[in-house]
Amino acid sequence: MSLTQDDVKRIASLARIEIDDAQAQATQARLNSIFDLIATMQAVDTSGIAPMAHAQEVYQRLRDDVVTESDRHAAFQAVAPAVENGLYLVPRVVE
Amino acid sequence: MSEPSLASLAAQLASKQISSRELARAYLDRIAALNPSINAFITVDPEKTLAEAAAADSLLAAGQAGPLTGVPIAHKDIFCTDGWLTTCGSKMLHNFVAPYDAHLIQRFKAAGMPSLGKTNMDEFAMGSSNETSYFGAVKNPWNTAYVPGGSSGGAAACVAARMAPAATGTDTGGSIRQPAALCGITGLKPTYGLVSRYGMIAFASSLDQAGPMAPSAEDCALLLNVMTGFDPKDSTSLERDKEDYTRDLDKPLTGLRVGLPKEFFAEGLNSEVAMAVETAVTELKKLGATTVEISLSNSQLAIPVYYVLAPAEASSNLSRFDGVRYGYRAPEYSDLNDMYAKTRAQGFGAEVKRRIMIGAYVLSHGYYDAYYLQAQKIRRLIANDFDAAFQACDVILGPTAPGTAFKLGEKSDDPVEMYLNDLYTIPANLAGLPGMSLPCGFDSRGLPIGLQLVGNYFSEAKMLNVAHQYQLATDWHSRQPEGLK
Repeated sequence: MSLTQDDVKRIASLARIEIDDAQAQATQARLNSIFDLIATMQAVDTSGIAPMAHAQEVYQRLRDDVVTESDRHAAFQAVAPAVENGLYLVPRVVE
Repeated sequence: MSEPSLASLAAQLASKQISSRELARAYLDRIAALNPSINAFITVDPEKTLAEAAAADSLLAAGQAGPLTGVPIAHKDIFCTDGWLTTCGSKMLHNFVAPYDAHLIQRFKAAGMPSLGKTNMDEFAMGSSNETSYFGAVKNPWNTAYVPGGSSGGAAACVAARMAPAATGTDTGGSIRQPAALCGITGLKPTYGLVSRYGMIAFASSLDQAGPMAPSAEDCALLLNVMTGFDPKDSTSLERDKEDYTRDLDKPLTGLRVGLPKEFFAEGLNSEVAMAVETAVTELKKLGATTVEISLSNSQLAIPVYYVLAPAEASSNLSRFDGVRYGYRAPEYSDLNDMYAKTRAQGFGAEVKRRIMIGAYVLSHGYYDAYYLQAQKIRRLIANDFDAAFQACDVILGPTAPGTAFKLGEKSDDPVEMYLNDLYTIPANLAGLPGMSLPCGFDSRGLPIGLQLVGNYFSEAKMLNVAHQYQLATDWHSRQPEGLK
């Protein structure tokens, strides 16, 4: 398998990372060498093997449905790039 | 500072030979002198450190001290620390002052251990040389032309240069053990789930685990006592009875069965590293251990599996960095999508972007089964190999890394070459097993060599016992780099 420059641009777009032609070309070569390495696992017969998502068999715990957090929105919004009246500001998306 | 063991520092504090403030001041002075050439710290804040040390002195004076109260420690810049710049080595978080403490930071604060600062690291913990940091590469204290390893490179370097008596690190594919090996210190990645990940900036959540880095195994045991414990804020935190990890340090090694995986001594291993590890095996035999050859036959697949699973998890975890709630936002953009794309293009470094893109690809429609699911199945095979091996042995031993430290810039242009550094460390992360690295010699250039132990689940006390007994019989762990300026 080999990624084309268009593949690289499509992946970058999926990942919301701006990329120009020169960067796409440089990235293409490196990603292809990484995918060559990854391809070595394709030859392994894994029929009947259960996928392992996690090291420990743990399940989501349930807790009582009560408020445990205090309101710290001012502290958390103090580190945001743009905030007004307790709201995060982003470019207009609905005209 | 000739005797930096944590137990001896704690004893000096308890007997009032030295105060926590004096101790912190001494380390801060050494950081001020050495950090310009080593670059192990991203943030140092003497005022905060000394205030924490003063609080520790009050606890000591009031007779309310714990075993390590007053002993200072350096924290990897991946841990959110209330009021401290917390960058994760990235431009994306170059201005992020955390509004809360990670669970691990809370534990060290509760133990009365002042923070000496935040250590440098590969960006978002993605790297094996500490060269991907937005804040510049860390230099290896044994030879500043060489890398310290990564991603916890600042942590390893600051301990090796005795700029801190101990440090915290995190390990997703070897990021505690490989830099510990390359800098000649001891580091331990615990069983997955023992140390809370709350407030630890996520890379690959099913693999990430925090652990201690210090000169000796005894130090690591004391630190592990502070770090471990259930935390309801981490859904993968394990509910277990509290252990004392120092309890078995002094046990003899008679009858210990050491497993030597033949795959870890095969082609690709530097001959000087092989020789040092074999000499260490001989030493353990003198101490009463026996050896058995074992096979981890799927271990050569660990790197390809890791470079599917870790980027997949990273692409999801790092989607939160979009320029809206914290950190960097691009100065100019046309609309919301353009703001995301420019913010992420400018805020992330090249290696982080590569891994996010690999992850986005292997999770995308039509490729999921071939990559992600296949990798998860082989992850099971790798874990099964360990299960079988631990029927025949108590602990697995091999090299930590295939070689010693390499020169700055030597591998930074070739990601695949860089990835091969973690050949021996990744399998333990995939299985969720504890692993540790300890110094076992030097190569002909005077660079440290690391020995790796991998134990069964929850066998940290046994591994620390083996490492401590080895360190009582050898002095590699107490060697320090000379001529540091």
